[in-house]
Amino acid sequence: MNEQTPLASERAEKLEGLGCARKRVEDARFTQGKGNYVDDIKLPGMLFGDFVRSPYGHARIKGIDKEAALAVPGVLAVITAEDLIPLNLHYMPTLAGDVQAVLAHEKVLFQNQEVAFVVATDRYAAADGVELVEVDYEELPVVVDAAKAMEADAPLLREDIKDKSEGAHGPRKHHNHIFYWDAGDAEATKAALSSAEVVAEEFITYQRVHPCPLETCGCVASMDKINGKLTVWGTFQAPHAVRTVASLISNIPEHNIRIISPDIGGGFGNKVGVYPGYICAIVASIVTGQPVKWIEDRIENLSSTAFARDYHMTGKIAATKDGRITGLWCHVLADHGAFDACADPTKFPAGFFHICTGSYDIPVAYVGVDGVYTNKAPGGVAYRCSFRVTEGSYFIERMIDVLARKLEMDPAELRVKNLIRKEQFPYTSALGWEYDSGDYHTAMQKAMESVDYRALRQEQAANRAAFAAGETRSLMGVGVAFFTEIVGAGPVKNCDILGLGMFDSCEIRVHPTGSAIARLGTISQGQGHATTFAQILASEIGLPADKITVEEGDTDTAPYGLGTYGSRSTPVAGAATAMAGRKIRAKAQMIAAYLLEVHDDDLEWEVDRFQVKGNPEKFKTMAEIAFAAYNQAIPGIEPGLEAVSYYDPPNMTYPFGAYICVVDVDVDTGVTEVRRFYALDDCGTRINPMVIEGQVHGGLTEALAIAMGQEIAYDEIGNVKGASLMDFFLPTAVETPNWETDHTVTPSPHHPIGAKGVGESPNVGGVSAFSNAVIDAFAHLGLTHSQMPHDHWRVWTVAEQLGLHD
Amino acid sequence: MSKQTISLTVNGSQVEAAAEPRTLLIHFLREQLSLTGPHIGCDTGHCGACTVDLDGQSVKSCMVFAIQAEGAEVTTIEGIAQPDGTLHALQEAFRQHHGLQCGYCTPGMITRAYRLLQENPDPSESDIRYGISGNLCRCTGYQNIVKAIQAAAQALTSVPEAAE
Repeated sequence: MNEQTPLASERAEKLEGLGCARKRVEDARFTQGKGNYVDDIKLPGMLFGDFVRSPYGHARIKGIDKEAALAVPGVLAVITAEDLIPLNLHYMPTLAGDVQAVLAHEKVLFQNQEVAFVVATDRYAAADGVELVEVDYEELPVVVDAAKAMEADAPLLREDIKDKSEGAHGPRKHHNHIFYWDAGDAEATKAALSSAEVVAEEFITYQRVHPCPLETCGCVASMDKINGKLTVWGTFQAPHAVRTVASLISNIPEHNIRIISPDIGGGFGNKVGVYPGYICAIVASIVTGQPVKWIEDRIENLSSTAFARDYHMTGKIAATKDGRITGLWCHVLADHGAFDACADPTKFPAGFFHICTGSYDIPVAYVGVDGVYTNKAPGGVAYRCSFRVTEGSYFIERMIDVLARKLEMDPAELRVKNLIRKEQFPYTSALGWEYDSGDYHTAMQKAMESVDYRALRQEQAANRAAFAAGETRSLMGVGVAFFTEIVGAGPVKNCDILGLGMFDSCEIRVHPTGSAIARLGTISQGQGHATTFAQILASEIGLPADKITVEEGDTDTAPYGLGTYGSRSTPVAGAATAMAGRKIRAKAQMIAAYLLEVHDDDLEWEVDRFQVKGNPEKFKTMAEIAFAAYNQAIPGIEPGLEAVSYYDPPNMTYPFGAYICVVDVDVDTGVTEVRRFYALDDCGTRINPMVIEGQVHGGLTEALAIAMGQEIAYDEIGNVKGASLMDFFLPTAVETPNWETDHTVTPSPHHPIGAKGVGESPNVGGVSAFSNAVIDAFAHLGLTHSQMPHDHWRVWTVAEQLGLHD
Repeated sequence: MSKQTISLTVNGSQVEAAAEPRTLLIHFLREQLSLTGPHIGCDTGHCGACTVDLDGQSVKSCMVFAIQAEGAEVTTIEGIAQPDGTLHALQEAFRQHHGLQCGYCTPGMITRAYRLLQENPDPSESDIRYGISGNLCRCTGYQNIVKAIQAAAQALTSVPEAAE
């Protein structure tokens, strides 16, 4: 060869593998309007389904009159619970071991609950039919407050389980009680609190919010009566789990069900659950023999499919006078709504809330969670976080600030004093988690230096003096948050959903001409898997990322996996991808040895080839090996070059970060302006820095929304307030600040490429940083806590109560 | 409900289709004309996913009846690139600057930016942020969208100079 072989580093660069800010392969279709989302699907003869929903939060159904609706031209059917009872489909199992009404049977338990499903030839006719279904209701007393739901004389909500004293997670102590779940050492924690030099206490609510992806939930169900096969396209974050659930509840054999997640317009946890709309569309397709589409509108989305948080947390934190934390106590009243439909691994009814000792070395802790029914929508999804981690992280990050006030210490200094030290990893927390890795002090120091934390505090002191002197009506707040996430669920030994172990998978086929397809059990909702998983594989098997197709979301072709949520794709499916790639490489090594007429052990891998040790001129590239795999009869080696890996992670991964937020609060209007937000994330090995940054920007913006304005509130008679984009806060480009991103890299020791996952970190850390900043603005006036969201009215109210308007 | 024939120009082509008077433009475009680029995100005119260009103005097509577009010129995301397939500077810039993630807001966002840059070819960052404030994105935090629009503005204004 005359040409000089390019250097290994040049060849590596061309692969666009790990660490490359590779442009996304998904973008060509999205920027040209050629995405394929579920509502874009159009099938011959397709019908539309729409729901009749309850106007009441709690009412008995005395009767349903379908007649007028059925007379509407185009309306073909009106399905009610009575129609589903013979099929035993009027209730469906939830992910949390409860049941949920598919269509309300005998009574409704929350406003906008599904009561009847109208099927028509087009969406307008279906809407006309919905208007004309007459439902006769008798109103019942409503309870929308978790504490009131637990009072002795509270109305009985779940009549269907009133005689069950035992729930899926142990005994029920009240007719509206779901479970009590705890972790840690109660006695030791009590002792630590009673002997402590200082104890700080606070009641902290994390309000009910909603993930609100821009695309709502929906599906198209198509039952082919000739071959008996049901195909469902839908907004599913976990398509295989949906297939298994659909098979179990419909008795259609699992091989005859095909679930396809097409392009998904954001999920953020909203699209993990199984919703009545999916079941009704499937039933309607079976009944009519035609495909049936169901797409929820925004109000339906915000008021019926999924909610997040609604955690009411009472905390006590013990410390020495000089700020060494000695114990942490937490009790949570968890409002689960009308049905326990939380999307948590089976053994964890409060998710991973018990990560709530956070990033700190706390010797003893205890957490107890009471799950409660109320007349509110069911759900309890992880809104851009791993199962209840956001709640746990918010709790500890607020408690640290509350303690700092009590100790009259700087909150950053208190954090530094208690952060787990590098040499303590792997670190076992008081609540039982084994943190795999971390270098918290380096991250915190880098963050504080980057923003010049000391100067910020000096500026704040000057601002406070000016405010006291009447020279300004604006108060400066500095919010510090240090978070540890727990993601990548998870090890099959303790993580399952409906009995399905939370492994994930990748199947790779290398084609003869040196390109490949990888199929995974996950599904992207904007994370860019087609781009980033190809990069992992490019580095593992030495083929350019551009020559690797990544395909997800079709259960007929993809290997079984548990889907994408809880930042699990990179930790679990990303690991499976690397491991499957290594199997490809192992076979490739044998083929190369045959081709080069040397022993396997005489070869070494370099970027895109196997070369003879000590003689790099003798080599075979992966592309050459791939061709040989299909055209040579190699003794003892099967033709072809394929591999599959099912990866059961040995542990979770623990991404972490240090966030600092600076706000200016106008005390007369309550308007809070985010002046600066610095986010340092450590997600281990960085696969695509461009994608990581994008994830951080998006997560911080969702955190801003939650901290500053989002709330799904109910009035006392069960009306959901603000379930449309007129009221539910989604920040525009105007309210959203510019984000400053930074990073450190502490690879996960147990992940094949050291990656930890990142998509949810900014939401977990961001909410605390915003909230801490707003409260910090008033800290010198005695404020220790104020409930989110910190919208203009609430912030104005804080100023009012502190006498700042006098 | 009886249907009426609506004729209009969409992406440069004359089209004619029947729809009920109550049919929203977004449904008409998506279902009758199979232009599924514009999306539905909220039903209340807040999210901007359904943004199209109607007679030289950015319009949320869920807030307009199809019949109101009679005789109008409508451009959707499908009509932004050149007929020969050459992408618009905005489409290139959104990819280069990672201005999209799930892609659901993208058609509306680009269609809005397409009009914005005609209204104001040299917008400041603040002009852009206000200019796209009728379009919501849940994924990107807007930062890279703003960058992409700035880059596209620069590319578009530098074209005539380059040609000279």
